[in-house]
Amino acid sequence: MAGPPAPVISVRGLRVQYGDREVLHGLTLEVLHGETVVVIGGSGSGKSTLLRALVGLERPSAGEVRIKGVDITRASARELDGIRKKIGLAFQGGALIGSLSVGENIALPLLEHTGLKPTTVEVMVRIKLEQVGLSGYENYTPSQLSGGMRKRAAFARALAMDPEILFFDEPSAGLDPVTAAGIDDLILNLKKAYSMSMVVVTHELASAFLIADRIILLDRGDIAAMGTVQEVQGSQHPRVRQFLDRVPDSTQDEDVDHLRMYTEGLR
Amino acid sequence: MPFVAEVGAASERSVAYVGGLAQLFWKSLRLLFLSPLKRSRLAQRTVHQAMSAGVGALPILSLITFFVGVIIALQGAYQLQRLGAMQLVASLVSISITRELGPLITAIVVIGRSGSAFAAEIGTMRVTEELDALETMALDPVAYLVVPKFLAMAVMMPCLAIWSDCMGVLGGCVFGIVSGNFTLGSYTIATRDALVAHDITTGIVKSLVFGLVITAVGCQEGFSTGAGAEEVGRSTTSAVVISILLVIVIDLVFTTLFYLARGAA
Repeated sequence: MAGPPAPVISVRGLRVQYGDREVLHGLTLEVLHGETVVVIGGSGSGKSTLLRALVGLERPSAGEVRIKGVDITRASARELDGIRKKIGLAFQGGALIGSLSVGENIALPLLEHTGLKPTTVEVMVRIKLEQVGLSGYENYTPSQLSGGMRKRAAFARALAMDPEILFFDEPSAGLDPVTAAGIDDLILNLKKAYSMSMVVVTHELASAFLIADRIILLDRGDIAAMGTVQEVQGSQHPRVRQFLDRVPDSTQDEDVDHLRMYTEGLR
Repeated sequence: MPFVAEVGAASERSVAYVGGLAQLFWKSLRLLFLSPLKRSRLAQRTVHQAMSAGVGALPILSLITFFVGVIIALQGAYQLQRLGAMQLVASLVSISITRELGPLITAIVVIGRSGSAFAAEIGTMRVTEELDALETMALDPVAYLVVPKFLAMAVMMPCLAIWSDCMGVLGGCVFGIVSGNFTLGSYTIATRDALVAHDITTGIVKSLVFGLVITAVGCQEGFSTGAGAEEVGRSTTSAVVISILLVIVIDLVFTTLFYLARGAA
């Protein structure tokens, strides 16, 4: 391989506003081919908003988001659809279509976007479910599954189209430690098996350090630290240290600031 | 003049709301022809919607319109018998059912069964991020969810209206026979003589428009659902209330137009 790998995602000066309140203040970052980038940060740091902006669910007020060279903030609906067929997103709560069975959920993008025969799709669904350790659950409805299983099923659906980039929103949030470790394992396996680029949003430090090639720490809409696991662990930035050492905010001021951030638009 | 300002603001909101409905309808119409989603899968979803919104409504709709037919006949007979014009019961029932009550009651039953269900379905999908999931899978929620609903309702509403016309007339007929003024044959002939094709077509045209409005309001309310389960309830309620209001307003407009057109002819 000659030269550094090209970035699959490149974000420049990304700003996102909800009404008058800006939640992302001009972020610039890159995700390289085959790299796993973990975005960590506290609640309200803007990490979920960043993820939504990366897949085009949130329209930025400024800046650009390039995925495989296409600026999705300015892309036409057709171009955006083309990009979206190459990415997979596993939502925090699974977001499986409630009226369809688990198997039908995974088959959905395949049936809508490919010319594959139903029998082929059936086989593919079985393979994807096996990959996430849910073989035999094709005919269950999402509501019959436990939280961890629903997340796995969501992974399977995100993998259905063999995407080049995978996004995970809080993959281990709300799970017991054993199930969460299982999910981390699953992500590591996917990383090993395919040369996919992954963006994982989480607030679980242990899992972030385990799966990340690079870590981005968001703090109130800004990047506080970005680098390899060692670099971030060695960072002396006060907010980074506070987050990593799990120190609560010392004064009430910061909470008040935070509250003000939400109420500013209301006044 | 705060009152005038309030009225102004409310009218502006109403116009914007109806504009939103029209926008959703046009987007669906465009996607019906231009959507990259598979035709065969669209047909499947449409049939599924038609079964639940149309065929599923038949038993309850039949019962209600049958009773309404009996009620109209009873109320009519109460007045007509004083004039000794009992033979007019058949035309009273057939005209009021086909021109007005058939389509209107169909609309109200469908609002209760399907308009509310559309809002609840799409609203729940909003809350559980299923709409976002569809979008990230390159499946436009309007193309995937709304287009089949419009198609199904555009076909099923006129069919349901015709069915409820028949059931209403049947209700009147049962009264006519039981009260001893008619036989099955004479009631049928009286009904046939009373009706002109125009009576039935105006009802069918109205029911088609009702169907489109009910779908647009149900889906629009679903999409505008905020966060939380409570919001789904709110959307469902407003879908029902707004649909009933709009159906009555449209009914008034159409009936006036038909009346004026008849006067001109």
